[in-house]
Amino acid sequence: MTAPEREHAIEARELTRRFGTFTAVDHITFDVAAGEVFGFLGANGAGKTTAIRILTGLLAPSAGSARVAGHDVYTESEWIKRRIGYMSQKFSLYEDLTVGENIRLYGGIYDLSREVVRERTTRMLARLDLDASTRVHALPLGWRQKLAFLVALLHEPSIVFLDEPTSGVDPITRRQFWELIYEAAARGTTVFVTTHYMDEAEYCDRISIMVAGRIEALGTPADLRSQFDVASIDELFVRLARPTTGAAG
Amino acid sequence: MNAVTVEGLTKRFESVVALDAISLEIAPGELFGFIGPDGAGKTTLFRILVTLIVPDAGRATVLGRDVVADLWELRRRVGYMPGRFSLYPDLSVEENLRFFASVFGATVEKQYDLIAPIYEQLAPFKDRRAGALSGGMKQKLALCCALVHRPEILFLDEPTTGVDAVSRREFWELLDRLEHTGLTIVVSTPYMDEADRCGRVALIQRGRLLGIDTPDRIAASFGRPLFTVRGVERYQLLLAARGYANAATVFPFGDVLHYTDRRDGVAPAQIARELRDYFATSGFPDVTVEETRPTIEDTFMARMGEPERAA
Repeated sequence: MTAPEREHAIEARELTRRFGTFTAVDHITFDVAAGEVFGFLGANGAGKTTAIRILTGLLAPSAGSARVAGHDVYTESEWIKRRIGYMSQKFSLYEDLTVGENIRLYGGIYDLSREVVRERTTRMLARLDLDASTRVHALPLGWRQKLAFLVALLHEPSIVFLDEPTSGVDPITRRQFWELIYEAAARGTTVFVTTHYMDEAEYCDRISIMVAGRIEALGTPADLRSQFDVASIDELFVRLARPTTGAAG
Repeated sequence: MNAVTVEGLTKRFESVVALDAISLEIAPGELFGFIGPDGAGKTTLFRILVTLIVPDAGRATVLGRDVVADLWELRRRVGYMPGRFSLYPDLSVEENLRFFASVFGATVEKQYDLIAPIYEQLAPFKDRRAGALSGGMKQKLALCCALVHRPEILFLDEPTTGVDAVSRREFWELLDRLEHTGLTIVVSTPYMDEADRCGRVALIQRGRLLGIDTPDRIAASFGRPLFTVRGVERYQLLLAARGYANAATVFPFGDVLHYTDRRDGVAPAQIARELRDYFATSGFPDVTVEETRPTIEDTFMARMGEPERAA
């Protein structure tokens, strides 16, 4: 008997999305293993947002296939939405509500029982050392983002999508945020994250770099550094995303 | 005469102190950077310097003119690119540029030499609606519009926030060119790695300056031996390093950890050797520990103290 293969959190095969004549996502193929921290990098306009909208069940692909948390993106997008967590830099929590009210609201959206919400709230607030009665408006950005991340994990999704979660956050809080990511991954949650901070790309187990709709690099940061013979992921990113350097200036 | 002089500048918004008695000077022709996270007070400071809001205490002069008393003169002489995209999304690239020129009584043709290096990159899209441009292109158009009346000093508030690493680099290359024209440029950014692009920088956090100097000197002012720790299973390594009795700080830093020791007066080589031994006996036999040069970000973290909690 062979051991069962480790389940993939995401399986994308030749995934494609066109808008009219424009191909935003162009035959991308990749897997993300359960419990992996996967960095999804690319320049503005490379197709990341479109790919994330497909993988979170918000947009149907034009061609190819993808399974997220075991569910098909064409026919089971409603199941995907229940099984994933999502947070973005732009909007994550209701500022006029308190910390506790935000958590209860999300608990309600995901149909969690009062006891479950209460228990997880206690654990979450203890981890962040936060008070339930604090208004989110009064929290500095970094704390708000840490809270938003744990709220996105409230219903214990198997995979969580983080879209530029640390933009503008101070350097210490940014690192505290990554420790929360590591903790979640250590518990088996798959983390799919985008960032413009290239040092954070190095924190991921594996990364992909999208250029003009295609995945041009995929692997562990260390493997990619040696494969492309570069000193850092920053250098690789610039080389892939701006191949004309030196020619056009 | 300084391009900018700030003395004891303070601004409050209800109970929040956005700027707390800040003082500094910027010389003509400098490329000067304010480096700090969201909420540090960068935008408030810029808005005061470009005469859009008035301070509660202290004073500021730009080009030798008072930012409160001489606002009408100053508004003609400063260029300002706000952090939020503030052009007309329904006007084309060219229409936006002509509009901003005409507001200042200038024409695009007369000022073209100044904006040419930037505008050439936009020219293929001159009929496109500004709202339909990519992030990097929007920034370039906003820069053109801030320059089109030939200001004597340019304020750029977080021009690279939310922009990818490649577009950020291109934008800094443009600023580098502009600096060579003799223009004074004051720019803010939350990205610590952009500090090296500036002649001098001010680190800012919670309305206070943590230091003003050249990027090299700020990095060197870290003042303690700093070590990189390299190994696999980084998260486990981080937890192990935190558990070491002599550890002062341990932070993830790109593909390594940055470590400082709490002991004074111990030779760096000894610290490194003991740390390696500690890892070896804690189940991490293949860990490399080396002394390294501190970066601006190390200094920033050392000086910022505990991150702010609930306000």
